[in-house]
Amino acid sequence: MNEAYELRTGETHIEVHKFYPGAVVLVAALALVFQATAPVYFPRLSILDLPLLATIYFGLSRRNPSTGLLLGMVIGLAQDALSGPTVPLGFYGIGKTVIGYLASSIGARLDTEHPAARFALIFSFFVVHQAVLMLTRRVLLAQPEAWFNVHLAIAAGVNALLGTMLFLVLDRLRRNS
Amino acid sequence: MVAIPSKHKSLTLLAGVLIAQLLLLAVQIKRDSRGRLIRVWAVSAAYPFERSGAWGFGQIRGVWTHYFALQSTERENEALRIENDSLKLTISQLESKAAEADRLAALLNFKQTHEKVPMVGARVIAASAGMASRTIEIDRGEQDGVRRNMAVITPDGAVGKVIEVYGKTSQVLLLTDKDGGAGAMLVDTRTQGPVGGTGEPTMQMKYVATEENVTVGEKIVTSGMDKIFPRDIPIGTVMEVKPGNPFKQIRVRPAAKLDRLETVIVLLSQEPVEFKSEAAQSGPGGATSPAPNTQNTAPAAAEKP
Repeated sequence: MNEAYELRTGETHIEVHKFYPGAVVLVAALALVFQATAPVYFPRLSILDLPLLATIYFGLSRRNPSTGLLLGMVIGLAQDALSGPTVPLGFYGIGKTVIGYLASSIGARLDTEHPAARFALIFSFFVVHQAVLMLTRRVLLAQPEAWFNVHLAIAAGVNALLGTMLFLVLDRLRRNS
Repeated sequence: MVAIPSKHKSLTLLAGVLIAQLLLLAVQIKRDSRGRLIRVWAVSAAYPFERSGAWGFGQIRGVWTHYFALQSTERENEALRIENDSLKLTISQLESKAAEADRLAALLNFKQTHEKVPMVGARVIAASAGMASRTIEIDRGEQDGVRRNMAVITPDGAVGKVIEVYGKTSQVLLLTDKDGGAGAMLVDTRTQGPVGGTGEPTMQMKYVATEENVTVGEKIVTSGMDKIFPRDIPIGTVMEVKPGNPFKQIRVRPAAKLDRLETVIVLLSQEPVEFKSEAAQSGPGGATSPAPNTQNTAPAAAEKP
């Protein structure tokens, strides 16, 4: 299925996008490598979560919850693996699985092509992602940590802004219908 | 196989993937003192079942033990009963030996404290067969230096006198026999009078004038006038005093345990013996005053006056 097609849900017409072969894998791999290496040289960049942005983007574009959650799981587990021995496998995996599922489910029902909608969605998914991480950290790892603070709010805004711009670039990887 | 509706497939997949990752996390996470989280979860999940299982097995075992295994219980009870009887017998024998050891220790102590007085310890080997007489048989006889009319005592007091002597055994007439008795005196007033048996466990002190003051509980000791018992050996205690004419009727409780004698001492001479009893010490004459060897009155006082 190389062609883009329309998903009919009631009266709305949602377009399902396809990407060039290897585009999803390449983008996800680049995001993971950037996330693992860039903060080493530029610590301020640790505020970004590129794997999360990739999960959100492909979830919103593919609009298939099963595919979205599996992609989120793979990206999350890969991020866990690259995060060193202090982060157990599954920590980011759970969070990104949930985000992948939510993004795909919402993308199948709403038009997520408008930059404002994308900004709001990225901001919201970032918050939900952080909430899942905090819940995991508190309940499973028994590590008390603040649920949300100004730093995280800023991080959500920065990621939403960057994601909105990044998504415009990633749109070019879509196959024309 | 149950078909999952297509709209729920993604939710099912989500749940499966999340559970798988949670388990993956649980395998890795290690709590400080409770081991890995997966183990904590497994134990917590299994605990109610384990507890229920333990309760159930306990009930089954209880039913089996209390209702179906009674055959072995009965055998066990029988064995325990036999063992219990055996242990009771052993305890009884040990108590008897302990009591005998106490008595022998008392005799030995008595002998050691009266080294200058010639005496011989004897074991009671028989008693009178009927109620008509109160005698005992001891395992000392002529070969041991025992002779007729020798005094027989215990550390508690006077017992009686030797009436028959054989080669290795002797017969002793107890003070409580109707024909038994000893020259005696009240400790407080030094009033003298023979004490004799009545055929009962108690004795009687005779020939005490009505005007004499005798109180219940007063001690009575030998007077030495019978030429059998040395002076101041405890005979008994006044247990009842009745007025009479011309003599009081005085019942006396023996000082020695005449109804359960097992070991006695035969005095081989009439050397004075000191008894460290209250009776001997409280009297005005004193227990330590030696008895004169020239006592020549009331020669037959040991027998019924």
